Amino acid sequence: MVKVANDSLFRPLDPAKQQSDVIERPSLGIWKETFLSVIKNKLAVIGLVLLLSIIFLALFGPAMVPYSASEQSLTNTNQPPSSEHWFGTDDLGRDMWSRTWQGARVSLTIGFVAAFVDLLLGVIVGGVSGYMAGRGKLGDRVDNVLMRIVEILYGIPYLLVVILLMVVMEPGITTIIVALSITGWVGMARIIRGQILQLKSQEYVLAAEKLGTSHTKIITRHLLPNTLGIIIINLTFTIPTAIFAEAFLSFLGLGVQAPFASWGTMTNDALGVILSGQWWRLFFPAFMIAMTMFAFNAFGDGIQDALDPRARK
Amino acid sequence: MYIVKRFITMLVTIWVIASLTFLIMKLIPGDPFASDADVLPEEVVENMRAKYNLDEPIPVQYILYLKNLAMLDLGPSIQSETRTVNDLLADGFPASATLGIQAIVVALIFGLLLGIIAALNHNRLLDYVSMVFAIVGISVPSFILAPLLINFFAVKWGLLPVASWGTFQHSVLPTLALAVTPLAVVARFMRSSMLEVMNQNYIKTADAKGLSSFKIVVSHGIRNAILPVVSFIGPLFVALITGTFVIEKIFAIPGIGKYFVDSIFNRDYPVIMGTTVFFSTILVVTLFLIDISYRFIDPRIKLTSKGD
Repeated sequence: MVKVANDSLFRPLDPAKQQSDVIERPSLGIWKETFLSVIKNKLAVIGLVLLLSIIFLALFGPAMVPYSASEQSLTNTNQPPSSEHWFGTDDLGRDMWSRTWQGARVSLTIGFVAAFVDLLLGVIVGGVSGYMAGRGKLGDRVDNVLMRIVEILYGIPYLLVVILLMVVMEPGITTIIVALSITGWVGMARIIRGQILQLKSQEYVLAAEKLGTSHTKIITRHLLPNTLGIIIINLTFTIPTAIFAEAFLSFLGLGVQAPFASWGTMTNDALGVILSGQWWRLFFPAFMIAMTMFAFNAFGDGIQDALDPRARK
Repeated sequence: MYIVKRFITMLVTIWVIASLTFLIMKLIPGDPFASDADVLPEEVVENMRAKYNLDEPIPVQYILYLKNLAMLDLGPSIQSETRTVNDLLADGFPASATLGIQAIVVALIFGLLLGIIAALNHNRLLDYVSMVFAIVGISVPSFILAPLLINFFAVKWGLLPVASWGTFQHSVLPTLALAVTPLAVVARFMRSSMLEVMNQNYIKTADAKGLSSFKIVVSHGIRNAILPVVSFIGPLFVALITGTFVIEKIFAIPGIGKYFVDSIFNRDYPVIMGTTVFFSTILVVTLFLIDISYRFIDPRIKLTSKGD
């Protein structure tokens, strides 16, 4: 054998060029990188600040004015917004500012719990179902059973479940939350399953799988980040949907009962009076729902852009 | 084989839903004749209970119900004494279905358009306009939108008729009221997945090949991006074509939405069961069709390990 290269052929590199392959920026990891990218995104920061302000006002808003949410003042009914009553008063002379923020507590709690259940049950059931489908007999069975459970939960009339819960538990906000939680997540599960079914058949996931990447890593590195956009969007819709589902239950006499308020019941109560010009009755609760939605959408868009390396500038 | 298996599974699913509903229904206190019991002699109420088999033990009632159900007989409605549940559904379903399908079509067409336009104008004015529209669309639910639409289009401007049913003009406002929220959701889903797809390498390849942007969007973009919308639309389609309580009430539409709610408050047991079985049948069939459609949208998708 002829030795083609020996040590005499190699020369030391010019010292100035020796550092050229060093990565200047330390690797940050996906979550830290996301965080930095989110706080650089103006829309996301606006959304976050707005969301925190709404939560702050829900906690401390009623205490800022000398009127409680259920205190009636029959000499002061149907007042438009003024320096005295910032959001006006309703037909029983109750202060709308106080009611709006007391209602925020009920509505945000219902919305956040619904979102949390969506995230927990919806994403996990949908994710497992989609991931297991097509993985042998056992995988098919898991997908089949989970999707049939989803169908059964969606098929049972949920008003019946609400009434049963009211019989078993005490009527009130906890019962409403439990009732909404039982079926609220099935839409999310179906959507996530569809997403995972499509994503896992993509070439890069097949490649990762054939290279021996572990299931956990495929799920956390490929499937989850690529589904996050859809998850976030669905979450932003879960919150108002839950808020209005509570309003519907209240309309049927199964929801939050007077004198307690929620954004849903306030918009509902305002229906009869907006046509007579008392716009503030509808405007403030509806505006707050819209602001909550906007805050979530803006923040969600920021996270979504931050997680997608191709969307980064 | 797969179809046969799924068909049997569907029947089992409907049976489980019906059985659980039956159980929950019987667990709830109440009686369809609660208000009659105060004014009528005891014997009359007893006779009425016997007519609807309510004097039998609950397991016997259950078996009797399943027997009738197997022959597609949903039984008599207790509330409207002369009509059967089959009659109620047959009379009301066309109106509910027409309205539901119109709303879905409007939501799909305009939602997809809005979402695609937003994605193609990412972080530009049209994107923000569509986001604001989506937020307003979902923040103003149908039960608020409906009275506003009636007030302006019907009462103030007199453009469209309401409070009746029959002509296409009567269905315009309820369709709009029902379509706005799903339209907003469809737009947001489509925007998000279009953004994802339009960043893929095959889009760049198509662009480099010189394909027109219209062709890229239509033949590469939409097909790869539409799956979340399809998943979302399934359960919604079922909910909308089986009638909506609030909208049908506001617009006085003779649909079946009211039976889902009224039957529960009246403890009209055969109607509760009938609406549930009807709803679940449409549900399992629709979700099955959605599953099948995944394979047509993206042939790489495999639903089972046998490759179906």
